[in-house]
Amino acid sequence: MEMETRMKKRIRVEANTEPSESPFEALSEEILFLILDLLDSNPLDKKSFSLVSRSFFAVEARHRRSLTPLRPELLPFVLSRYNSISHLNLTLCPYLSDASLSSIASLLGPSLRSINLSGSRSYSHRGIESLANKCFNLEEIDVSNGVELTDEAAAAIGRMSKVERVRMGRCKKVTDLGIGCIAVCCPNLKLLCLKGCVGVTDLGVALIAVKCRKLRSLDVSFTMITKKCLPAIAQLPNLEDLCMTGCLGINDKALVTLKQGFKSLQALDMSNCQNISQASVSSILQKNPSLHHLNLSYCSPVNSMLSGLHGVFKLNSIKLDGCHVSTDGLKSLANSCISLKELSLSKCSGVTDEGISVIVAKHKDLVKLDATCCRYITDLSLAAITSSCASLVSLSMESCTKVTWEGFRLIGRHCPKLEELNLTDTDLDDEGLTSLSQCQNLTSLKIGICLKITDEGLIQIGRSCPHLQELDLYRSIGITDKGVSEIARGCSNLETICMSYCTSISDESLKCLSNCARLNTLEIRGCSLVSSVGISAIAARCCNLSKLDIKKCYEINDAAMLSFARFSHNLRQINLSYCSVTDVGVSALASISCLQVVTMLHLSGMSADGLAAALLMCGSLMKVKLHVSFKPFISPVLINRVESRGCMFQWLNKPFQVQLESSEVWKQQSHDIFVE
Amino acid sequence: MDQKQNSSFTYPPRNNSPQESFNPNYDYPQFNSQNRTESPYTPSQFFNSQAREWDPHALLSNLSFLEQKIHQMQNIVREMIRTNEGQNCNISELTAQRQLLTTDLTSTIIQLISTAGSFLPTIRTSLLSGNAPIPQLGSSIPSASSAPSPSAYQPNPSPDYEELTKGWGENVVESAGQIQIEDLDVKEGEDVGQDGDTLPIGSYEVLQLEKEEILAPHTHFCTICGKGFKRDANLRMHMRGHGDEYKSPAALAKPAREPGSQPIPVKRYSCPFVGCKRNKEHKNFQPLKTLLCVKNHYKRSHCEKSYTCSRCNTKKFSVLADLKTHEKHCGRDKWLCSCGTTFSRKDKLFGHVALFQGHTPALPSDEVKGKNEEINDKDDSGGVGYNDGDEYLDMKGGYFSPMVNFDSFSFEGLDEFSRTTFDPTENSFSFLRSGSPDFARKDPGN
Repeated sequence: MEMETRMKKRIRVEANTEPSESPFEALSEEILFLILDLLDSNPLDKKSFSLVSRSFFAVEARHRRSLTPLRPELLPFVLSRYNSISHLNLTLCPYLSDASLSSIASLLGPSLRSINLSGSRSYSHRGIESLANKCFNLEEIDVSNGVELTDEAAAAIGRMSKVERVRMGRCKKVTDLGIGCIAVCCPNLKLLCLKGCVGVTDLGVALIAVKCRKLRSLDVSFTMITKKCLPAIAQLPNLEDLCMTGCLGINDKALVTLKQGFKSLQALDMSNCQNISQASVSSILQKNPSLHHLNLSYCSPVNSMLSGLHGVFKLNSIKLDGCHVSTDGLKSLANSCISLKELSLSKCSGVTDEGISVIVAKHKDLVKLDATCCRYITDLSLAAITSSCASLVSLSMESCTKVTWEGFRLIGRHCPKLEELNLTDTDLDDEGLTSLSQCQNLTSLKIGICLKITDEGLIQIGRSCPHLQELDLYRSIGITDKGVSEIARGCSNLETICMSYCTSISDESLKCLSNCARLNTLEIRGCSLVSSVGISAIAARCCNLSKLDIKKCYEINDAAMLSFARFSHNLRQINLSYCSVTDVGVSALASISCLQVVTMLHLSGMSADGLAAALLMCGSLMKVKLHVSFKPFISPVLINRVESRGCMFQWLNKPFQVQLESSEVWKQQSHDIFVE
Repeated sequence: MDQKQNSSFTYPPRNNSPQESFNPNYDYPQFNSQNRTESPYTPSQFFNSQAREWDPHALLSNLSFLEQKIHQMQNIVREMIRTNEGQNCNISELTAQRQLLTTDLTSTIIQLISTAGSFLPTIRTSLLSGNAPIPQLGSSIPSASSAPSPSAYQPNPSPDYEELTKGWGENVVESAGQIQIEDLDVKEGEDVGQDGDTLPIGSYEVLQLEKEEILAPHTHFCTICGKGFKRDANLRMHMRGHGDEYKSPAALAKPAREPGSQPIPVKRYSCPFVGCKRNKEHKNFQPLKTLLCVKNHYKRSHCEKSYTCSRCNTKKFSVLADLKTHEKHCGRDKWLCSCGTTFSRKDKLFGHVALFQGHTPALPSDEVKGKNEEINDKDDSGGVGYNDGDEYLDMKGGYFSPMVNFDSFSFEGLDEFSRTTFDPTENSFSFLRSGSPDFARKDPGN
């Protein structure tokens, strides 16, 4: 891909030198389309492509199928260029009026297949109606978070007769009537998400189940459904994925008395259903032989859910987060499942070495294991895991404080396929880290709150893990510029790095990290040595930077903001609390066209007027966190105006706190919680 | 006496205790059935011969006879007034006159009822023969002084009665066209003893009241002034006004069962309407549990619905309480389907929508649109007259097809038919559409 880009750049250079000849006219549209097909990964490549010539520009416009615009006010221009868009993602547009939806509808018309409106709350059913009238090929619509949408909006969706996938999470005002309209008018419905639609009851869901026989995926999380609609859902012939998270109306009685299982169900999510217990679990498993994925997280904090299991199940993946899981329970789970690939025991109490050993001895194909906060497991578990699960890809052992260097050594030696490893808040030291560097496929490594690690270990990682994309060094205070620069050198694919409260980090680290061109998330909260120089280097070279946390980097000032304004056109989220930024910096920041979330607390140099000007200027804001002391100084008219653009204000009242908490104290606190 | 007990007119059951204790009029000769038969005005000679078939000529002669009799009574009263004015009255003579008048009045009432009863084919010969005591006067008649034996209450239809009821049943069948008696097998929610009280057949005795008794507004009459009451207790309270002898605790107390008597056997009731599932002749006879059930069932199922809702002017009821219940909810049918049908309950609307293809729940603001669609539906229905969109009002548990206009069929007296037809599971709309729209009225004389 890179080669191609380079080639095109060369071509472009040639084109500029000989504008009259234009050898590109010889290339047919089919060939250009084929080239464009291969350019999907990096959005900037396509931009370069379209700048080659007028014909390339036109071809690129015709080729593009999906679009994620940032500024709704530009939509008419953008869409008149890209008029064959079929997938329109408007999640980044906080303010969408009915008029803009109507113009989208008339510009795209029948070519539009899918539209995502979940980022905005300002449109109403009229906008959806205009979509329904003109975009009659629409197959997918996402109106999640439309908390103001009413049944009329749902009825308008119902008028899109070809619609197959409808997501309407958190549409709290939609009732059974609206759902009924969708159910009756959309016989092709395959996916429906009603998460958090508290107005929907059994009647609506049952009608969906009666009318939409092609339904494959249904999400009724956090609704008021009870057992009354379950028989109807069970009758759905094609249902594969059912999510009932947080349905408190579902209890043991509902599931045990259900005469038949869900015919074709493969994935069932019943997390946070607090009224179910072991009886339901056995009943579900016995009635649904085709079930592969089961999520029972936070279902029953007290009961030991698994000990009564009998029979043989085809489960691939089971999540038991937050449940009490005894050794017996894990034994019966191990015996009743044929081949588990994914097991999540995060925050499970009662998990012991014996339990883990039994599981891994039986299920050698385990790919993903999450043992977060299973604080009793020791090296014995790791010995069992590493000796039997050679294909382990993801392992999370956050806060497993009893595991020692011996365990980490085993991981490094026996798990060559490991890609994701979370060892946050463990006893990891340099020796362990050096062993882990044998896992050369690591893409994500989280070693925060490991106070013992130093540059020595990190250098080993940097040298041997070239695929690393995500690195978390939160509060691992032994890390300095030396280690980070080695990472920056060795892991050029790095996208996310967190070095918050690594107080020894300075501008030097950032300068090195600026070599990682894909970097999009940088957290250096509390790195007081970092100044505008370092962060400006990042801004200048990491043009993908979209999330930035520089809270309590006291040395960072307006200069950094100016370089963001100049270079970081993709910056979406920034936290600059406690920085030495003044009105100048804030207004420079406001000029970034796609900035959406800003947290500005305790900015000593910012005045109310400067803030007001910045708020007015930045049209793309979705969320602003400000100190409550500013509230009286900003006119309500201005606040209303900004809010009407889709921005949310959050007024915080956090006290000014200069002193950084020492990481040792912090770790001690985490242990104290455990002891309690 | 035996015959009297055989009839169903020893009614209501709670009156079967001796009432002599508080009824000083008991020894009035005119209340003795033997005496009555000797009375020159006894109606038996008029009615015995016509018991089987109703004859307009007989009716006319009965009515003129009544007229004549009323004239006689008028004369007696005038005579009494005159003697009162003359002040030369003999007390014994006055008493005799009063007794004569009472006798005449009683017999007139009996005849009037009998005449009215002859309209109704279900009437029993026992009444028509004039031998039976009049139920409305039950409280004053010394009914069975001992508890009637269960066997005496068993249905004992005389051949005459059989013939009569049979004729009536056939009438229904003929006029209802293809409707079979089996169609009367109705699930009837309200009238069933819903407490799951399914007594085995034979473990209870079946009583069957006549139509007049069921429809009579009062069942207890004051023997002195003739005022009627619905309840025995009310009558006893009323009696206090007629003298101190009625004020004794014994007279006011609820007539207790005789201490030595047998426990009263369980009673169930049969509807006099032949062909009804509540009729004891029906093969799947389901008895009615109480007298109130009988009344409500008969009125709902076999009577004209004379109470019309003043709000919607559409819904009609035969039981006043039903109207009042309806009026509480009338106008609140806020759940609307795109076909124009309205429902008082959301689950009913969703049941309807789930059942039919293409019907959607209509949003409140869609009302205009809904009406338009309904107009289209009217056109589709092929000339069946629609009066008002509101006629698809939800009837308890019913589902309507917009294609069928129920008002174009007369259901008077056949409410149970309409209930079955609304049951979607049986899909009985077809029979309705093909069937003759003119169902038999309950009274062929009309």
